[in-house]
Order: sequence, then structure tokens, then C-alpha cells
Amino acid sequence: MATNESSTLRTPRRLLFGDLWTYAPAPESRDIVRLQPRYGHFIDGAFTEGGETMQTINPATEEVLAEVAVGTSEDVDRAVKAARRALDGPWGRMSGAERGKFLYRIARLIQEHARELAVLESLDGGKPIRESRDIDIPLAAAHFFYYAGWADKLGYAVPGAQVGPVGVAGQIIPWNFPLLMAAWKLAPALACGNTLVLKPAENTPLTAMRLAELILEADLPPGVVNIVNGAGATGSALVEHPGVNKIAFTGSTAVGRHIQRAIAGSGKKLTLELGGKGANIIFEDAPIDQAVEGIVAGIFFNQGHVCCAGSRLLVQESIHDEVMEKLRWRMQSLRVGDPLDKNTDVGAINSREQLERIQTLVASGVEAGGQLYQCPGDLPEKGFFFRPSVFTGLAQSARVAQEEIFGPVLTVLTFRTPEEAIERANNTPYGLSAGVWSDKGSRLFMVAGAMRAGVVWGNTFNRFDPTSPFGGYKESGFGREGGRHGLLPYLEVR
Amino acid sequence: MSGIESVRPSPTVDRVATDARAAAFTTRSIKKEAKRSGLELVISMMDLTTLEGADTPGRVRELCAKAKQPMVQAPCPPVAAVCVYPTLVPVARQELSGTGIQVAAVATYFPSGQATLQERLDEVRRAVEAGADEIDMVISRGAYLRGDLGFVYDEIASTREACGEAHLKVILETGELQTYDRVRRASDIAIAAGAHFIKTSTGKVSPAATMPVTLVMLEAIRDHYLRTGEKIGMKPAGGIRTAKQALHYLVMVKETLGDAWLTPDLFRFGASSLLNDVLMQLEKLRTGHYQSARYFSLG
Repeated sequence: MATNESSTLRTPRRLLFGDLWTYAPAPESRDIVRLQPRYGHFIDGAFTEGGETMQTINPATEEVLAEVAVGTSEDVDRAVKAARRALDGPWGRMSGAERGKFLYRIARLIQEHARELAVLESLDGGKPIRESRDIDIPLAAAHFFYYAGWADKLGYAVPGAQVGPVGVAGQIIPWNFPLLMAAWKLAPALACGNTLVLKPAENTPLTAMRLAELILEADLPPGVVNIVNGAGATGSALVEHPGVNKIAFTGSTAVGRHIQRAIAGSGKKLTLELGGKGANIIFEDAPIDQAVEGIVAGIFFNQGHVCCAGSRLLVQESIHDEVMEKLRWRMQSLRVGDPLDKNTDVGAINSREQLERIQTLVASGVEAGGQLYQCPGDLPEKGFFFRPSVFTGLAQSARVAQEEIFGPVLTVLTFRTPEEAIERANNTPYGLSAGVWSDKGSRLFMVAGAMRAGVVWGNTFNRFDPTSPFGGYKESGFGREGGRHGLLPYLEVR
Repeated sequence: MSGIESVRPSPTVDRVATDARAAAFTTRSIKKEAKRSGLELVISMMDLTTLEGADTPGRVRELCAKAKQPMVQAPCPPVAAVCVYPTLVPVARQELSGTGIQVAAVATYFPSGQATLQERLDEVRRAVEAGADEIDMVISRGAYLRGDLGFVYDEIASTREACGEAHLKVILETGELQTYDRVRRASDIAIAAGAHFIKTSTGKVSPAATMPVTLVMLEAIRDHYLRTGEKIGMKPAGGIRTAKQALHYLVMVKETLGDAWLTPDLFRFGASSLLNDVLMQLEKLRTGHYQSARYFSLG
């Protein structure tokens, strides 16, 4: 066998992701965003002042961005009543085709203001601008476009039945994809002819308030969309309001349980999209380099603040060392830092509270004897940052292998056979997502079919499309968002 | 074990995910100082190429002059090599002696490789004797596609031997191999058989170099390095025409193999029209204005 041993220098086998050629800072300008010092609510087609306020901060700098009103039960009551009036009024009588026009208009307005919305999303939530710019905002627009198309075709959603709106929907969304989650909630509800009251997350209300301005610009009849800011108490008031016909909630399993108890016997319809501990399964015949990208996309996308994150890596024991070595090299080229820098891959953790939760869980993993690998390099001095992290050497019984961390922390487990992979992947109270990596098509389909999870990706991870239903099994919730299935929770079928 | 049997099994490659990864590199924002130093690096990595039936000594002398001094407006590094047909090696050798610029010759009956192995090896020896520092060989795609990978391994090993002191770049002609699995396998074979560089294309077949194909080859180089400590070079050739594209390739190399590969010893661009676009961008950075193409000499 010919070799080049004599002709090249032998050096230690290290890849140097160094600074021989550094990328200059490439910050996206925030001038495009006009922040108001104070935000109230959006009720009955008008912005209200609101009373007491809370602060929303930039998690990358801890700078206060604005004061935001905390909605009271009176605010919620006014919003629900406005939604009811709109339902009984022009919106309820409008044809599907006309409703569709409004949705198309909102979709186009989101596209027209895409850059501004992306910067605002990154400012308020800490996610890297390349994700808000390339994923969050385009997908939000795509959801409105997709459901706009359904508005006049609802008869085909449930063939052979008559369909109509459920009524007034109360919708509560999380802080990890603020505008995108608003779009997931608003678009199908409006396409089906409902009116709604939306409560954004208390940490990330700004893009929803900008969306309210765009909705006003789109001339949507007053009261069709109402947005009430606030935290848990505001959400409770909305959940418990007797004038609400349907609750849609995305967030933690604990709060989801609470909501389900609270509305039991009330006749309100409910969909819950809750936590997850997704398994990402790598078989030994997988395309390894692409699978490593899939691991990175699965757990480090959006700082791991993703309910469907691939946070449990199940890798076949025969390739464990190779995959781990490649993953560690790959993690060295991840750029952690300023979310507004266009070259940042991993931004800021959304809040101090979340950062502390991640730190606590990681400490428990170290205590349990796990080997922790973290991205090298400097972190910004201010703001909430956490290094992308990987635990190896832990058992399935470890706390970090079972609980949702909702941060950039991966736990690696091994398996020996496809049967064991399936068993381990399903061995969780959750069931939101899973990923399968194999070059063998038959194995992909066999394992995907055996997953007790609402979303299963084959040779990819964390890819989203408005045409595809999304939702959970078991403690990850029920109901689907996206696709034709996403219409059903917002339709009464006769 | 010898020959093809000694080449380890290659991993599978997923096309969709590879394309997505390659596209991600193009979203990096390279501005200001990073852009300037990146573009100077691109020039220093360039194999300035002319491979036409109409090539003459005069044409090659023009190209060599451009290689030595790409522009007169401002200081600028010379390119890495001038790449010509074997018959024109003596001309290039004479023009470039003492400059540090390498003379590269395409040999082995470039671009098709359709000749007997003996004829192809003779051509390599003649090119080296005439003063070529680097040999760009083509593999027998016909042999590869009929499944005779052993032939491909052996021809590369024989060519490496015929090269003597000259460096060997192995052209896979990825546009004819087509699938990423084949590109990966051919890369592994070429590296095992003794290539100093692996190269995408002749420039005579479309598609020539693409980012995903180059990524697959970089991954083969990385895996070999991590296993053996031996550094193999990479040369995408054909189809890279703009400074922006070239920077995307640099980003891909940096983030796949690390900064150690950002040197002409380990990374080259095979190009002809790329140089003036890079010069134009450098002048824009220096002066703040785009200049007309007429201010940049033909190569």
C-alpha cells in the first residue's frame, strides 16, 4: 500500500479550529426595530394602556427592552367579550374565501417586515439572528399562507361532514419560538372562522405586539384577534374564563396538567403541546457525517429550547466512539455568542431562570458520574449563556437522561440491536419527536413506525413545514398543529 | 493485503443532508478584515489554469506574468501555481523559475484518460522531466463505473511512483461519478493509493466543482487525518468564478478541517476567471469603489 508518510509532516491528530483566519464581527443592525418604552394589550382592534407592568429584557445583555403590562382578569374578560362580539358579528358571517384574504394579507405583511421581526425576535429572546431570519420568520409567514389556502376549502378537511368554527379560542404560547408559535395558533384558528385571545409568554411578548400592529394594518375586523400580555395568572384567567370555547396551550407538561384539571367538566375543548425528551437514533450504517450534523441540529438548534429537541442520543455501541469524536470536533466549530451577529450559531439562554435550571440539571449529571464535554472558547461576560454540552457514560436511569432540560445539553446512550433501540427510545413518559439515521430504507421505516412519538424524522432532524402535523403522544400532549390535522381542533364537525 | 483490498470501507453519504450542510456555509457573513485576508489567501491558493487546444507559448507566458503579479494597482501575493498541458511545461518552467510559483501539468491523457496505462505514465514522466512540480492526473472513470476499483487504485499508485518528487493531484471527475457515495469511495481510494491532493474536476465536464461534492471530499481527508495524522490537500476546480464563492469554500474548509488547511500547501482553487473577480473585490475594499473590469489585465 502506497503511503505519503515520508512526504508530509506528522503532527498530533488535532483539528485546529483556530484564529488563523477569523471572521470579523458581523452584527445585524438593530436600527430597524422601533421599541416602545411600554406595551399594553391589543383588545377589540385597539391598543390599550394596561395597568401594572413587568419588564422584558434582552437575555444576551440583560438590558431592559420595555415595560409590558400584566393582564388582569378584567383585561381578559374584555378581550374574550370582544372576541365573542366579533364572532357574532362580521367575522362569523364572512365567507371562507374572504377570511382567506385576510390571512394572505397577514402572511405578506410578515414577509414585508421579515428583517425587522427577525431582529426583534433575537433581541427579545436571545436566539441567533440566522435562525430567526432563516427559520422562525419565514415559517411563520408560511403557516399563514398555508392556512389561508384552507379557509375556503374546509369542507374537504372532513369529507362528508358539515364544519364550523368552535367559537372563541384562548391560546397560550411559550417563549422559545414566540412569533412562530403565535402563527401556529392564529393561522388555523382564523382559517376555521374562530376568534381568539392570545397570551404571549411573559419573557418574549414583543414580536406578538408587532404582529398586532400588522394585523391592524391588515384591517382584520376588531375583536377577531386579541392579545393580552401577562404571566401565569393572566393565563389562568384566560383558561378559566367561561366565555372561552377552546384552549390551546404550548408549554410545560406541569402547566398542561394544571390546565387540564382546571377546565375539566367545563365543556371547553383542549389541545396541549407539551414537553419532550426526543430520541435521536443513529444506526451503525448511518451516514455518519450527516448524522453528526443531525445531532447538532437536534440539540443545539435554538439553544436546545425546543420541545421536540433530540436530547437523548441513542447511538449503536459499535460506532459510539467514532460518533463522539466527530461530534466533539464539530462542536468546536460552533460559534456561541451575540445573537445579533450573523455568524453566531448558538445564542443566549432565554432567561436567568432557565439558565439556572440548566445549570442545576447539568450539575446533577456530573454528580451521577457522567462525563461532560463542553464547547471550548470564551462566552460573553454579560447575559445568559451556556456552553453546548454532551454527557456520555450515563445510564438511562440518570435524571438528565429522563427529564427535559430545555437547554443545549445532550445525553448519549448506547444500544446493540434495533429492538433495543426502539425499546429505549420509547422508554420515556414523553412522546413528541424522534429521529432515525440509517442508510437502509427498510430499517428507517420499520423503526419510524415503532416510535411512540408524534413527529419522526428520517435522516434529518428539526425540520418543519406547515403541511406536516406536529404534536405529542403520552405526556407530550394531544392534538395536532400543522397540516389538515391542525384544522380539526378548531372545527366543530356536524 | 495490498492494492484495493487495503482500502477501508467508506461511510455512506446522505445527499439531502450533505447539500443542506454545504448550503449552511454560504450563510456565513465575511466582511471587512476577514474578507480582505480571506481574498488574499484565495489568490495565494490559486492554480491559474489554461487548458485549451489553442494554447500557445505566448499565451502561457501571458498567464505566467499574471501569476507573478496579479495586479499593478496595489501589492498582491502571487498565485500558487500555473497549470498547463505537458507540452507547455518548458515555457512555464522558464517563466516561473525562482519565483516560488509551482508549475502544474495535467497528465495521464487529460481530460478523458482514455489511453493505455503505459502511455499515460510515460506522459507523466515526460512532464516531470520537463520541469513540472505538480502532476494533475485523471482517474479512469470508465474503469470506476464498470466496477473495477482495483484498476483505479493501481493506476493512481503507479502514477504516484512515476511522479518521483513531483506532487500528485488526483482528479476524480465527480461530475461523471455523480453519486456522493462514489465520490467518497473514490476519495478514499485516491488517498490510500498515494494522492497528495484530491481534486474534483477537469473543468471539461459539467457540473465541475460544487460545494457539497467538495465537502464529501474534505470529510474523507479529515477522517484520514484523524486516523493516520497525514494531511492530504484538496483542490476544487471548475465553476468557481466569483470571490464570494471562493470565500464560501474557505469557510467550508475552515469549519470542516480547521485552520491548518488554510494554506496553499493543502488547499488550491483550480480556476481561470476567478482571479480578476477577487482582485476587483480587493480593490473595492482598498479604495471603497468598484472599478471597471478594464483596469484588470487579462490573464
